[in-house]
Amino acid sequence: MIGERVLSLGVLAALGGVALLAAVTDEPFTITLATRVAILALAAAGLNIALGLGGLVSFGHALFFGLGGYVMGILAFHAQTYAPLDLGLFEVAGTKSMPVIWLAAVTLSALVAVPVGLLALRTTGVYFIMITLAFAQMFYYFTISWSAYGGEDGLSIYVRNGFPGLNTLDPIQFFGLCFALLCAVLWLSARLARSPFGLALGAARQAPARAEAVGLDPMRLRLVAFVISGAIAGLAGALYADLNRFVSPAMFGWQLSGELIVLVILGGVARIIGPVVGAGLYVMLEHFLGQITDFWQIWLGLILLVIVLYARGGIVGLVSPRRTGHG
Amino acid sequence: MSLILVIEQILNGVQLGVMLFLMAAGLTLIFGVMGLINLAHGALYMVGAFAAAAVAGATGSFLLGLVAALAAAAAAGALIEVTVIRRLYAADHLDQVLATFALILVFSEGVRWVFGSFPLYLDIPAALSGPVTLPGGIEYPLYRLVLIGIGLAVGLGLWWLIERTRLGIRIRAGENDREMIAALGVDISRLYTLVFALGAALAGLAGALVGAIQSVQVGMGEPVLILAFVVIVIGGIGSIRGAFVGALLVGLTETLGGVFLPAFFGLFTDPSTATSIGASLASMAIYVLMGMVLVWRPTGLFGVRA
Amino acid sequence: MKKLLATAAALALGAGVASAEVKVGMITTLSGGGAGLGIDVRDGFMLAIEQSGRDDIEVVIEDDQRKPDIAVQLSDKMIQSEKVDVLTGIIWSNLAMAVIPGAVAQGKFYLSPNAGPSALAGKGCDKNYFNVAWQNDNLHEAAGAYANSAGYENSFILAPNYPAGQDALTGYKRFYDGKVAGEIYTQLGQTDYAAEIAQIRASGADSVFFFLPGGMGISFLKQYADSGVGLPVVGPAFSFDQGILQAVGPAALGVVNTSQWSKDLDNAANAAFVESFEAKYDRLPSLYASQGFDTANLLISALEKADPSDADAFREALRAADFDSVRGEFRFGPNHHPIQTIYARKVIKEGDVFTNEVIGTALEDHSDAYAAACKM
Repeated sequence: MIGERVLSLGVLAALGGVALLAAVTDEPFTITLATRVAILALAAAGLNIALGLGGLVSFGHALFFGLGGYVMGILAFHAQTYAPLDLGLFEVAGTKSMPVIWLAAVTLSALVAVPVGLLALRTTGVYFIMITLAFAQMFYYFTISWSAYGGEDGLSIYVRNGFPGLNTLDPIQFFGLCFALLCAVLWLSARLARSPFGLALGAARQAPARAEAVGLDPMRLRLVAFVISGAIAGLAGALYADLNRFVSPAMFGWQLSGELIVLVILGGVARIIGPVVGAGLYVMLEHFLGQITDFWQIWLGLILLVIVLYARGGIVGLVSPRRTGHG
Repeated sequence: MSLILVIEQILNGVQLGVMLFLMAAGLTLIFGVMGLINLAHGALYMVGAFAAAAVAGATGSFLLGLVAALAAAAAAGALIEVTVIRRLYAADHLDQVLATFALILVFSEGVRWVFGSFPLYLDIPAALSGPVTLPGGIEYPLYRLVLIGIGLAVGLGLWWLIERTRLGIRIRAGENDREMIAALGVDISRLYTLVFALGAALAGLAGALVGAIQSVQVGMGEPVLILAFVVIVIGGIGSIRGAFVGALLVGLTETLGGVFLPAFFGLFTDPSTATSIGASLASMAIYVLMGMVLVWRPTGLFGVRA
Repeated sequence: MKKLLATAAALALGAGVASAEVKVGMITTLSGGGAGLGIDVRDGFMLAIEQSGRDDIEVVIEDDQRKPDIAVQLSDKMIQSEKVDVLTGIIWSNLAMAVIPGAVAQGKFYLSPNAGPSALAGKGCDKNYFNVAWQNDNLHEAAGAYANSAGYENSFILAPNYPAGQDALTGYKRFYDGKVAGEIYTQLGQTDYAAEIAQIRASGADSVFFFLPGGMGISFLKQYADSGVGLPVVGPAFSFDQGILQAVGPAALGVVNTSQWSKDLDNAANAAFVESFEAKYDRLPSLYASQGFDTANLLISALEKADPSDADAFREALRAADFDSVRGEFRFGPNHHPIQTIYARKVIKEGDVFTNEVIGTALEDHSDAYAAACKM
């Protein structure tokens, strides 16, 4: 039994340590894998706010992930071609600056999350799962035939975007950026969970009627959680696009939404460090099993089954069980 | 566009809808009785198609292929119910999503392991191939008419099973109050295995029937799975009647959208652009439909509980 | 990957001391629905390496799962950790677009055994990128040319609604002189074509051109044959490939398709290839296998002359294309895409097996429409 705080710090230290060690021993691909873990964990941490704290099983978070990716792709594309982006009313110049792209990705994801949330939150349970999926699918099919930005071929950005004072082409420096953002978001999630908002959200999840009776507005709480959650997934999408220097409609695909859910459950729902553990395990399984056999997905499936059947509460739940029974 | 063409396209929409119904019925039944979200339903569809292709290929008999599809899918369903699914009834939807997602991986790659990476061959039986002429001079493939017939027959059969038989009474009781029927001495775990195998067999049947006019390949189940989910959500989860109406709605929207939207845009722009824009909107159409239905009725058309 | 190193080591055993001097990274699709194509490219490629008897070529193979993001990360791995000299293997255009620009920008050579997106043939061409298969439009252009020679005057054309599909219809129309009776973009991954077939029937067309790769083509052909529409069909080789033809069955019999390769092409290299492939893998080679085989032979021919570390000399050696292609004549155009003859083939049945036979030439010494825009 390990305390949750110790575990969290340990896991983060391990992730950072692996990347640093890889930098020292000149294993850039290991850094790339660690960066992938950090970014997927960031997206899953975003989802965990809706799913873990709010109890909102979104099967469409790829929507925000993809939006963030396309914000990066489109802005960088226009910077590359020196053609301003025509938004009808006004024109915007493209940019290769990460902070600007992040801001745009977060803002757009949040703006889209408001109407999507308003409509989706009218439903609950499986209906909520499916309506969130429906929104992501709409964007998926739209981008596939959006030939201005490559359609299904996607959009390549040949050089990674820049961050003031850093050389983002250096794998370890880019990892550092992603890692810092991940830590910031995890810290924010932890604060959020203990804040009055987080407690109210938890109450609305567990006993909506009672929450309403004491004057809380569950709908509004959930909407705010959904929007924050979407914004973080959007940020992760922008980073993921920068990791690959490429965006494509696959970022909106339902498989990706499914994978994000898998990461959260694998790590442990509503556990702060859960997404990092889940992403780390998933990427490691994918990487090492793939080296052993062409049919590695069978083994991945079996391992996931064992975890869901025998390790309820995910890996974090196994190592550091909750004393209280909620969640 | 001539009236005959419109009628033919409506028939096509109905046929697609009827096949979706076979998938959706099993999905909605399993959800209604056990409260389980089964993402692996598409994998059972694939198992049915592969079993049919393998047996029909070995024996030359399509009918034996169909029997094999039903048997293989039901057996696969019963197997995963007993080994995995049964432990998930008490779990929340999340664990069910993860476990059945894992089952998709196991089934897809397992089938590829057994049958190889290339698509298999399964054809329409000779007696049912080719078109027939309908009243009004419509030439329509006989096999598709048979599909419509089989789908409607299965729908009627399900209705009879649920409304008129002892098993149906138990199933309906199971939907309403699990403790009660357990108290009445019904072996609930056997009932659940049976219902799950029944749903799986329906999916396998759909896979085999559709496999004869499509490609029998790994991953064929997932697109159908998504469509089937759209169907049961529109219809209201747990409702067989809803699944039927939803399936027809989705089948018609998908087919007619693909035909009429490009034609509609053709009134304004050149043909190439119109077909491209029209096709994009058509592929989004069923999701727009689902969104509208849910905004209007958050538990679907015939849904009672969330 | 381990087993591939093992393969390389096994190859090396025959020749004595293993000393891997050239490292080739192959990123291809080995799992999921599209795995058949990647497996064929890999098998064709490895067959040529094995036949060359060279023990100094190490091939590192990874599965991209047909996901562009995975492909990019694998290419990073190949370049950064494996330190490969040459990359190859990608099947799909969207994955090629994700990987190739970055790889050649880092000074690596890329030899494409399958995808040839137009963006990389024109303005986006690169001196280190060689396409050993075709520019994406080629086979569709040949289909258009064939339609003229067959006397078709009113074609109904359809393809999926994505860039390669739009290129296909454009490519067909570029060479086809007749009228277009109807033009449809289907949904990517669509499996039911009843609505499209009804439109074909009502359109008054005299022929049908379609580009529907993979399972989409199987579905379309079976449903089309069953509909009794009966108009002649022409398409690119992708839907009539050896790997999927058995799954289409009698529905494909007699259909004309265009291809730069066929197993009955009459040249010594091809006869030896077909025989040795069948002997080693116990199945007939496919178009993709032939492209993998040619890609490896191109690579080997260049390695005979120069080392990849001398990039300029190696590039010249590649450009010379000094190898016996299984498709006969083969040379590179100014944009490093093939100039080759494209044949019309017809689907026939040999014993129990469906396969193709060449019935004529669709386009001779054909280049592509984008070469002029390429500035190297």
